[in-house]
Amino acid sequence: MSNLTPELERERQKICRLAKEQGLDFFDTIFEIVNYNQMNQIAAYGGFPVRYPHWRFGMEYEQLSKSYEYGLSKIYELVINNDPCYAYLMEGNDIVDQKLVMAHVFGHCDFFKNNQWFSPTNRKMMDAMANHGTRIRRYMDRYGVEVVEDFIDVCLSLENLIDRHSPYVMDVIKEDPNKKEVVEIEKTDGFRLKVHRDYMEKFINPPELIAQAKAEAAERQKFERRHFPPEPVRDVLNFLLNYAPLESWQQDVISIVREEAYYFAPQGMTKIMNEGWASYWHSKLMTEKIATAAEIIDFADRHSGTMAMSPSGFNPYKVGIELFRDIESRWNKGRYGKEWDECQDMSARQTWDTKEMRGREKIFEVRRNYNDVTFIDEFLTEEFCIQNRMFVYKFNKRTGQFEVDTRDFKAIKAKFLFQLTNFGQPIINVIDANFENRGELLLAHMFEGIEMQPDYMQATMKNLYKIWQRPVNLATVLDSERRIVSFDGKEIKSILLSDLPVGDGNS
Amino acid sequence: MGIQEDNNRFRDIVRGRIKQNFKKYVTHGEMVGKREKDYVKIPIPSIDIPRFKYGPKQQGGVGQGTGQAGEAVDGDQPGQGQAGENPGEHFLEVDVTIDELADILGEELALPRIEPKGNKNTDVTTYKYSGRSPVGPEGLRHFKASYKEALKRSIASGTYDPDEPFVVPIRRDLRYKTYRKVVKPQANAVVIYMMDVSGSMGDEQKEIVRMESFWINAWLRRNYKGLETRFIIHDAAAKEVDEKTFFSTSESGGTLISSAYKLCQKMIEEDYPLEAWNIYPFHFSDGDNWSGEDTRMCLSLLQKFFFPRVNMFGYGQVESKYGSGQFLKDLEKTFPSEDKLVISKIENKEKILQSIKDFLGKGK
Repeated sequence: MSNLTPELERERQKICRLAKEQGLDFFDTIFEIVNYNQMNQIAAYGGFPVRYPHWRFGMEYEQLSKSYEYGLSKIYELVINNDPCYAYLMEGNDIVDQKLVMAHVFGHCDFFKNNQWFSPTNRKMMDAMANHGTRIRRYMDRYGVEVVEDFIDVCLSLENLIDRHSPYVMDVIKEDPNKKEVVEIEKTDGFRLKVHRDYMEKFINPPELIAQAKAEAAERQKFERRHFPPEPVRDVLNFLLNYAPLESWQQDVISIVREEAYYFAPQGMTKIMNEGWASYWHSKLMTEKIATAAEIIDFADRHSGTMAMSPSGFNPYKVGIELFRDIESRWNKGRYGKEWDECQDMSARQTWDTKEMRGREKIFEVRRNYNDVTFIDEFLTEEFCIQNRMFVYKFNKRTGQFEVDTRDFKAIKAKFLFQLTNFGQPIINVIDANFENRGELLLAHMFEGIEMQPDYMQATMKNLYKIWQRPVNLATVLDSERRIVSFDGKEIKSILLSDLPVGDGNS
Repeated sequence: MGIQEDNNRFRDIVRGRIKQNFKKYVTHGEMVGKREKDYVKIPIPSIDIPRFKYGPKQQGGVGQGTGQAGEAVDGDQPGQGQAGENPGEHFLEVDVTIDELADILGEELALPRIEPKGNKNTDVTTYKYSGRSPVGPEGLRHFKASYKEALKRSIASGTYDPDEPFVVPIRRDLRYKTYRKVVKPQANAVVIYMMDVSGSMGDEQKEIVRMESFWINAWLRRNYKGLETRFIIHDAAAKEVDEKTFFSTSESGGTLISSAYKLCQKMIEEDYPLEAWNIYPFHFSDGDNWSGEDTRMCLSLLQKFFFPRVNMFGYGQVESKYGSGQFLKDLEKTFPSEDKLVISKIENKEKILQSIKDFLGKGK
C-alpha cells in the first residue's frame, strides 16, 4: 500500500498528470517509501517483495548492503513490470531525487505497458513470484532444504538456455506427424536426371551411382526416423523439462526457473531502450515542468552521474537517451530516407531541415516496436558514434590489458549488435537426445567467433549431467579448434571433432 | 524476513568454504594481532552459479571516451583477473570476525569445550536482593518501601493529614525484597604466553609462534568470557610486554629459558591465587637453551612450582636451523608421564593446525 508523505503524494499526482499530458500511458503505479534495508532486500529479490528462498539472494543482499554502508552505491529507484506497477522510493532521499525517480519510473511503466516485447509477460508476476516461493518452500519441507536448493542451483546454471524469441512466435506451423509422407526410396525416381535421348541413359544415370544415392538416402531417412529432436531446440530448459528423467517436483522447479527467466528476458532485451526512454522523460519533465529553480543544479548533478560514460563499457542510460534524442531531432528535421542517405554534400547535410516535426511521433513508434538489437541496428549512425565518442576495445595478450581497438563505425555497430544478440550469451541448441545411440545428450554451441569460458563451461556441463543423468556432450570451439566436450559423470573429456569417428553425420 | 533466511544460507555456504580451505587461512599472516570482533577479509573461491558464457578477454566490447587506437582502456574490466582454465580462480572476498574463525577452527579440529577443573567456573551466579515485589514472606518485608507506598496512597486518596501524620499500611501497600540472579563473568582463567625471541629464532620461527599463539588465544577467548592474557618475551632476560609488542617484536640475544619461567612464576604468585584461577602457561621456543644448568633449573621449576598449580603447561617447539631442540628432549626425558605437560613440535607452518590440536585437543 502506498505510504507516501502528503508532500510526496502531491508531487506524485502532479508528475503523473504531467506524464500523461506528454502522452505517456501506464498501468496504475504505486509508490512505496522503504528504508535502505528494505530497498536492498527488494533489490536482491530482483524488485519483488517475495521470492523463493535461495542463497544467491542472500549473497546479493549482503553485497548491496555492504556497498551501501561503505557509501559506494545507493539504489535510487526500483520498479517492477506488473499491473499495477510497483515502484520504491528510498526513505530520506532529497525531494529532488524523489521527483526525478518518480518521473523516471513513469517512463519505465509506459515502456513496460507499451513496448511489444513486454506484451507476453505476466502482468501479475508479483503473485506468481509469491506462488513460486510457496511451492519451493513446500518442496523444501518435503524433500529437504539442501536437496531442493542444490537442484535450484543446477537449474539456475542452465537458466540462460532459453529461446528468448519463442514467446513472440505466434503460430508455429505444426506438422502432423501422421500426415508426413514417407517417401519410399525404392519406388522414387528422384535420383535420376532427366534424359532426352535413350541411349544417353546409362551415361547420365549410371546404375551404380543411382544405387549409391538411394542407399545414402535410405540411410539418411533411417537416421532421421530415429533422430530426436528432429530440429535443433533452442529452449534447452523446456527440452529438459519434457524429456529428462525428473521427478515431478524437479519438473516444477525447472518450470519455475524457466518462467522467471522468460519474465526477465524482455528487460534484458530492451535495457538500452528502457533506460533511455525513462531517462529521456525524467530529463524532459524535470527540466521543463517539475524542478524548481533551486533544484535544477541538484538535478543536473544526479542526472550527469547517471549518464556518465565509461571507457570500459557503454552506459545504457547514456546511449539510450542520446539515441532517442537523436531520433527525435532527425525526424523533426527530416534527416532520414533515401534522399538523406544518398546526400554526400556535407554542408547540405549539416543544414538539412525539412521542418517535418515528426520526431515525437517517431520516438513513440520506436518505443512500441523495437528492442535493443533492432534499435541499434536501425538508428545507430556514424555521426552518433563520433558524437558519443564510441570505440571498440579488445584484449591485447601482449600487454595484458584491454585497449582501444578501433573507432570504425562498422566495427562499433557489429560489436554492439553482437553484445546485444541473445543478451550477450552464447546460443546453444539441443541437437540430439540419443547421441551415439546411447541416450547421451548432444548440445551445439553456435560459434560466432568467441569461445566460451572453459571453467564455467565445465561446471555447467556437470550440472547438465545432473539433470540428464546420462553423459552430456557439447560441440563447441576451444583454442580455435572444433571440439566435443563431454562429461560422463566422472571426468570431462575434450575430443577434437576431426578425431571423432564419422557416425551419424551430425557435423 | 525472507532475506535474512537467504543471507544465513549464504553465510553457511561461506563458512563451509572457509572450513574447506581453513589451513590456508590459518597461516594468513595479516590476521595476527586482530581482536576478536575485528573483521578480516577472506578470499574464498567464488560461489558463482556457473553458466555457459563467453570468456571476457576474448569478447571485448564497446566503450565510450577519448583515446587513440592502442591506448589502454582503464577502469574496471568485466572479469578482471585471470580468465583461467581451471575452476576456482575467481575469488569472492567475505568479511568474517576472528570469533567466527575461532568457531570454525574449533569445529575443524574437533576441539572439545574446555572444562574448568573443580568449582572454578568461568562465570559466577550471585543473588542480589535488589528487587521489590508485592508478595513475599514476612521476613523479607521492606519497611521503608511499604511505608512509602502507604504514604503515597494516603496522600493520593486525601486521607493524609500533616498535623496528625498517621499512616496505616494496608495489604496492598506492603513491599517485599526479592532477589535477582546476577551472572558475572569471572575472569578466572589466565593464559601466559612466553616466547623465545633469542637470536637463534629466525623470522620464520617467530612467525609460526605468533600464528600459533594467536589462534590459541582466539580459541580460548571464544570459550572463556573474560579471559586474561599476559605476554612474556625472553632471550637471556625476560620481560612482560603487551599483546601488540608480542605479536610484532623482534629481538635477539642469548637464551635463558629459566628467566621467562621465573617471571611467569612471579606473575602467578602475585596476581593469580591458585584457588581462583585456571592457569595456562604456553611456552614457545626453538629448544635451544644456554646451559644444562639453566635447563635443570627450568625442569625443577616446572616440577615444583608449575605442575601443582597450572591446568596445563604447553610447550611448543619450533624447528630452527640453529637450535639444537634439546629442551624438548630434556622435557620428554624428565617428565615421561606428566599429565599437565603438553608438548608439541611444530616443524613448519603446515603443522600449526596439528599443533593447536595437540594443545587444545584434550580440553583441559
